Amino acid sequence: MTVQAHELSKDYEYGFHDVDISVFRTEKGLSPEVVAAISDHKSEPEWMLKFRLKAYEHYLKRPMPTWGADLSGIDFDNIYYYVKPAGEQSRSWDDVPASIKNTFDRLGIPEAERKFLAGVSAQYDSEVVYHNIREDLEKLGVIFCDCDTGLRDHPEIFRKYFGTVIPPNDNKFAALNSAVWSGGSFVYVPAGVKVEVPLQAYFRINSDNMGQFERTLIIAEEGSSVHYIEGCTAPNYSSDSLHSAVVELIAHKGAKIRYTTIQNWSDNVYNLVTKRAIAHENATVEWVDGNLGSKVTMKYPAIYLMGEGAHGEVLSAAFAGPGQHQDAGAKCIHVAAHTTSNIVSRSISKGTGRTSYRGHIKVYPKAHDVRINVRCDALLLDEESQSDTYPYMDVNSPDVTIGHEASVSKVGEDQIFYLTSRGIDENEATALIVNGFFEPFVKELPMEYAVELNRLLALSMEGSVG
Amino acid sequence: MTDHQALAADLVVDGLSVAVDGKEILRGVDLTVPAGEVHALMGPNGSGKSTLAYTLSGHPKYAVTGGTATFGGDDLLALPADARARLGLFLCFQYPTAIPGVTTVNFMRAALRAQGKEMPAREFIRRLNEEMAALRIDESFRARYINDGFSGGEKKRAEILQMAMLRPRLSILDETDSGLDVDALRTVANGVTRLAGPDMSVLVITHYPRILEYLKPDRVHILNQGRVILSGGPELATQIEREGYEPIIGPVAAEAGASRTSLTGVVAEAQA
Repeated sequence: MTVQAHELSKDYEYGFHDVDISVFRTEKGLSPEVVAAISDHKSEPEWMLKFRLKAYEHYLKRPMPTWGADLSGIDFDNIYYYVKPAGEQSRSWDDVPASIKNTFDRLGIPEAERKFLAGVSAQYDSEVVYHNIREDLEKLGVIFCDCDTGLRDHPEIFRKYFGTVIPPNDNKFAALNSAVWSGGSFVYVPAGVKVEVPLQAYFRINSDNMGQFERTLIIAEEGSSVHYIEGCTAPNYSSDSLHSAVVELIAHKGAKIRYTTIQNWSDNVYNLVTKRAIAHENATVEWVDGNLGSKVTMKYPAIYLMGEGAHGEVLSAAFAGPGQHQDAGAKCIHVAAHTTSNIVSRSISKGTGRTSYRGHIKVYPKAHDVRINVRCDALLLDEESQSDTYPYMDVNSPDVTIGHEASVSKVGEDQIFYLTSRGIDENEATALIVNGFFEPFVKELPMEYAVELNRLLALSMEGSVG
Repeated sequence: MTDHQALAADLVVDGLSVAVDGKEILRGVDLTVPAGEVHALMGPNGSGKSTLAYTLSGHPKYAVTGGTATFGGDDLLALPADARARLGLFLCFQYPTAIPGVTTVNFMRAALRAQGKEMPAREFIRRLNEEMAALRIDESFRARYINDGFSGGEKKRAEILQMAMLRPRLSILDETDSGLDVDALRTVANGVTRLAGPDMSVLVITHYPRILEYLKPDRVHILNQGRVILSGGPELATQIEREGYEPIIGPVAAEAGASRTSLTGVVAEAQA
């Protein structure tokens, strides 16, 4: 039953890495000079340079969060904060450099694109190198590009919203991201436009010791809808990497945004992400958040229900293998009346893996007729694995209906016996139970992501029994 | 049919002793179910009937302390549960376990594949639909999670559905009749009768003789205090129906009452 800490590393399917072909990178460590060099290299407007430098000051002042996972292993001085790969941003697959293409081929992006992608925006190191938007989306006025391009080509919209949902001083890692951000996606959906197919982006870390600080900003105007989906894999290195993204969503009146993430960082990555959405009147925001891999993940997708009738959903799934800690959860802040939220969390721990559910529900005094439902279930695969729950509720309105259910269970001897009594061996029986446990999450994913997730789970499960 | 080679095989249990959590429940069970026959194992509560079913199927909680059990000459006791199933054993559970998130369709396909009985998707669906119709199981159950939120009767039908799809060579029915109304009992019993014969032997474990009116056993065995104390023809079941167990086993001993308590505990735990 004992599992080696690096078992997953050995098996990590995407643990290949290419020859480093970066053409520009800053020195290791962070200073105002490094921040200025990033901004200068990108030829950014003055306001962004000032924004970054101010954020850097916040980053220095803000304390390390000590209330959650153990972050003592991060060596901030040993990280490259900006790496730009060779080649200009390309729109055609043919223009993508061969070694980068090789990486993407192994991730299966072109196949995915051929099927049904509306656009592909794949982040390679800190810069988007491959990007494609289907023409009819452009005709509808939908903007889907990397965040640097958004800043350059759509300055009015960009500046109006950037940093408004998550200000630079929000927390230490949001401040760090604000100082050194690069890449990520910028999505703008005009009023009334329904984007029927998901917009997708792949993110990847390739350079050893390189932090990845992508920044995503999505604006859905009144009555519009969009589904944005990202999958992340990282190659495997011996020293620890830092991934600290900031994601801001704004759903205007009656708009709907779904944001789906499946992350599968290799097991040396610190994944510290701030995700927050604002839902205005009658808007809906849904976070679908799957976390596999990484050494430590801290991520609590938040929804501020600012307008009457707004609705928020957070559906999360986490798998913590040996040596991993998935500290994930959700926040729903009910500011307005008649708002509803639903949080469903499923987590699995294996070996010395640990999952934590950390939730925050807040209801403001004037928010009446509020309905909240929270359900978190944890599954432990063996004696060593652990799970804990930190639900925090701050309810200041009398007119609130809250449902909260939590459970921790072990894979039962009798479930295993039932399945084996039908001829299924013990390993497959465990995999069936695990997949079944994640099924409420998986059924929300587009088919190819569901297949990918099941494959990654199967890989993570190998050797878990007997 | 004339060229068909019968699939069922002999089950031979010889002197089988089994302990659960250190307490001996079976104390030398001798029982033979020849290929293709239907046998009934009856006995009062706590006599060890379910323990025998679980032990033959390979539940790891049941420790064999003596004796042997073979199926078609293969030593069952040397094999894990999944290998016994692949030999053709099927346990129809008294309390089937729910597996949330795993649909009946996916589960059946996984089980067929594991047993080397995979079939093309179209044929699979056709057969599944046929068997479900025969057992009066609603179509919606194809996409429902196994035993999750099923009523007692639905669970029993679903067990027989699995039996019909997997086509085992020996089925052990563990108190399948418990908790069924008359109509459900008839449906379930017909489902078994349809399969019983040269390709499938049946060992039906029951407390009440009612189900035997449908299954018509070739032989009836009485288990008491962990031993088979009497075997006979179908008339034995009729006698029990008429007179109860006491004329055969005498007044229920205090010890039997004690082992009943212990077994109930085990079964309750097994369901949890």
